[in-house]
Amino acid sequence: MQPVLKLDSVTHYFGGLKAVSNFNLDLPEGVLWGLIGPNGAGKTTIFNLITGVYIPTQGKIYFLSEDITRYKPHTVVSRGIARTFQNLRIFPTLTALDNIRIAGHFRMKYGILGATIRSKDFYTSEKELTEKAMHLLELFKLHDRAYSPAKSLPYGELRRLEIARALATDPKLLLLDEPAAGMNPKEVENLMEMILWIRDHFKLTVYLIEHHMKVVMGICERIKVMDFGETIAEGNSSDIQNDPKVIEAYLGRQKNHAKG
Amino acid sequence: MSGIFNFQQVINSIQLGSIYALIAIGYTLVYGIVKLVNFAHGDFYMLGAYVAYFTAMFEISRKDQPNVIIILLISMSTGALVAFLSNRIAYRPLRYKPRLSALITAIGVSLFLEYTSSAMPFIGPSFRPFPDVIQTKQFHIGGAVLTNYQIINVAIAVTLMVVLTYIIKYTRVGMAMRASSQDKDALKLMGVNLEKIIDFTFIIGGSLAGAAGLLAGITYPRINPYMGIIPGLKAFIAAVLGGIGNVTGAMLGAFIIGFAETFGYAINSVIGEGIAYAILIIVLIFLPQGLLGKKTGEKV
Amino acid sequence: MKITKLFTNNRKLVLFSVIFYVVVDVLHLTGVLNDYWIQITNVALINIILAVSLNLINGFAGQFSIGHMGFAAVGAYTAGTLTTIIWKLGVANSITKYLLFAVALILAGVAAAIVGYLIGLPTLRLRGDYLAIVTLAFGEIIRVIINATGYVGGPRGLLGIPKLSNFTIIFFVTLLSVIIMRNIVFSTIGRALKSIREDEVASELVGVDITRYKVLAFTIGSFFAGIAGALLCHLLQIAHPTQFGFIGSINVLVMVYIGGAGSISGSIVAAVGLTFLSEFLRLGIDNLNKIAPFPVGPEWRMVVYAVLLVAVMLYRTAGIMGGREFGILVPEEEGKNATGSQA
Ligand SMILES: Nc1ncnc2c1ncn2[C@@H]1O[C@H](COP(=O)(O)OP(=O)(O)OP(=O)(O)O)[C@@H](O)[C@H]1O
Ligand SMILES: [Mg+2]
Repeated sequence: MQPVLKLDSVTHYFGGLKAVSNFNLDLPEGVLWGLIGPNGAGKTTIFNLITGVYIPTQGKIYFLSEDITRYKPHTVVSRGIARTFQNLRIFPTLTALDNIRIAGHFRMKYGILGATIRSKDFYTSEKELTEKAMHLLELFKLHDRAYSPAKSLPYGELRRLEIARALATDPKLLLLDEPAAGMNPKEVENLMEMILWIRDHFKLTVYLIEHHMKVVMGICERIKVMDFGETIAEGNSSDIQNDPKVIEAYLGRQKNHAKG
Repeated sequence: MSGIFNFQQVINSIQLGSIYALIAIGYTLVYGIVKLVNFAHGDFYMLGAYVAYFTAMFEISRKDQPNVIIILLISMSTGALVAFLSNRIAYRPLRYKPRLSALITAIGVSLFLEYTSSAMPFIGPSFRPFPDVIQTKQFHIGGAVLTNYQIINVAIAVTLMVVLTYIIKYTRVGMAMRASSQDKDALKLMGVNLEKIIDFTFIIGGSLAGAAGLLAGITYPRINPYMGIIPGLKAFIAAVLGGIGNVTGAMLGAFIIGFAETFGYAINSVIGEGIAYAILIIVLIFLPQGLLGKKTGEKV
Repeated sequence: MKITKLFTNNRKLVLFSVIFYVVVDVLHLTGVLNDYWIQITNVALINIILAVSLNLINGFAGQFSIGHMGFAAVGAYTAGTLTTIIWKLGVANSITKYLLFAVALILAGVAAAIVGYLIGLPTLRLRGDYLAIVTLAFGEIIRVIINATGYVGGPRGLLGIPKLSNFTIIFFVTLLSVIIMRNIVFSTIGRALKSIREDEVASELVGVDITRYKVLAFTIGSFFAGIAGALLCHLLQIAHPTQFGFIGSINVLVMVYIGGAGSISGSIVAAVGLTFLSEFLRLGIDNLNKIAPFPVGPEWRMVVYAVLLVAVMLYRTAGIMGGREFGILVPEEEGKNATGSQA
């Protein structure tokens, strides 16, 4: 079967720093796979390369067989890839509703003239958008926050808002960058359920970066491990847990942490 | 000697360039540390010129021969003091607010300095002739005329730049300045107080701008309260051209602008007036990091 | 015609505006308001267009342009040159002169918009403070060009522009401009602009073509600045390079930030308030000059502006309105959403 996402020997340099080295991936439709690795391994960089924030120094990226290597972020999104960010990036002064509505932007059926004269398309398009956004807010139990500025929401709700916003772009592939960061064990539990539910309910493919081992080991069907830009291991959770290279990467790094 | 490209133009370019350089250094130092385009920087230069004017007039009124070194020190202290106060009163409280607020505040400080000066009865809005602080002597080299003013002017500018380079490269505070424009966290680990370094940066920048004010006064002997706006803008352009945050770049950029303008004016006044802006736009489009600057990207 | 919808969809706003218009007219006819104050009112209305259009760029899209009057200059000189030439031909009568003015206004907007687009396209990739410098430099370039162009009067200014602006025309052009910009702000376009202001990276990654929208904001803002410039030069019957210089641009900037970045209502309040304040200060300074033992210069007016600007930034960074809007300016379909969002 055609992979949804394919990365073909992708390499990326920041100046002299090789942040990603010869990365390969064939992500089949409907899976939930994970990407782990110590701090600075290059995981977020992979997401940035997929979504067009950076253009890889070498290699190609395909989404549903289309070469998206050099696409700009907004074009990548319009093709059906959505993501969240490691350090929450919501629009703080916009309402929760507007945070979601903005993600429907590229599907709007009116332009500047339509907005100016308030055309029929304007009203139908806006109504449809608002209803859809409200529905998403409801699914994520945020509907009574619809009219609050996002910055007034507590952290846990912001995390959900960000995921809801990503889903509002109607993606086929969802990239989650450390969604469990900053959550307590109870919240992590709920998050795991939520991710599985999202995948099934929205019929998505999900690719997940996470430091929280419990999450990755618990829900990911297949896991890739990176260290210093290199792929050092790949397999299911038990393969990974017993791989000496992985243990070395994590323990070695922890020692450094203790020193610093 | 005839033609546009003659030795006289080279002398004039160096002179103009050295004034721009002294102003540009302050822009670049402040931007390097606090990421603020200090719009009021050109006004520190204006105040330096006025204080030099009053000091010279005072000395002349006592029938003394004005002492250039004393005037220079007074101009520099004034620039330093005003720069320090602007930072403390207007910029420091906004350090952790959105960057735009500090930028708008800088515009406010600039307007305040210009119009308050202009509203003062003893300064006034109109041009004043700058007095002769020494007797003019001319030297003829080939077809060009070199005055002792120009020599003093360039000598002072070069001396100040050498001293500054020494401070930045070899003193503790200079090293802290360089460190803080690169990595603020490292600075904290070193136990250095960032705000002290910022104060010091403003003081250095302000004193150089004050010195430039004196030099401009003796070279282009007409001063008014708005004299800082255009040279300030051009010096900023020089800093951007050289790579903002980079002191050597600022000096290089300043001399390039000095040459471009002098030779531009020799062609016609529109080119002379406009060339610095044209350079700015070209640089920002094709080389946004400047000649000696480093390319940086935002981490996502 | 579709344009009528703009008025029927905003009944409250239009009703309020018409009442204001009638009251001012009646006060003028009965002599309570003399020509002098009507003139100040006209300037205040033009300042509303300038402030709201700059707010679109700075407050809503989060860019930082400080050369707004440069675009007004493009509009003023375009329209002023056109009407002056045609006026001299003597073909305009009492009706066609308004047609001529309408065409001149639109051309002024289009010319300014084209210049805005050309400048915006390459420079909007730059960070905020660099953009500020470029717009400042651009204003200077415009000034240098005008000064060097003898055909439009050079440093003396363009003289003898026919007086085609009057309170009625200025009022309705202002109303229409504000409604159009308001409609853009409260639409997916406005949301896209605000998202750019809040977080460019996130904005791109929910599908907003940020370069396109930044340029769009710049182009629309310039369009209305051009119209404002044209209204102004046909009111004062002169276009002069100094009117459109740095200080002019700073005046508009002060209005935007004192009123509140990201609030149309704020820009309106500040444009009106500061125009009248400026006039009162001028009168006050004149009177003070009569009694004070030393000369009191007109420069004090700008000193007050400067202190106001710094004080607002230090103590009320979000401006008077803090990103909120008067209910009357919020379209019905926004409902409760508008009360929640604030800058
Ligand atoms: N914009 C950038 N410019 C320069 N270097 C960068 C940039 N972005 C990331 N890096 C560097 O690239 C390397 C990989 O960073 P990346 O953010 O991909 O790591 P990560 O695996 O996501 O780590 P973490 O678990 O801490 O999020 C790091 O050394 C980082 O410092
Ligand atoms: Mg990461």
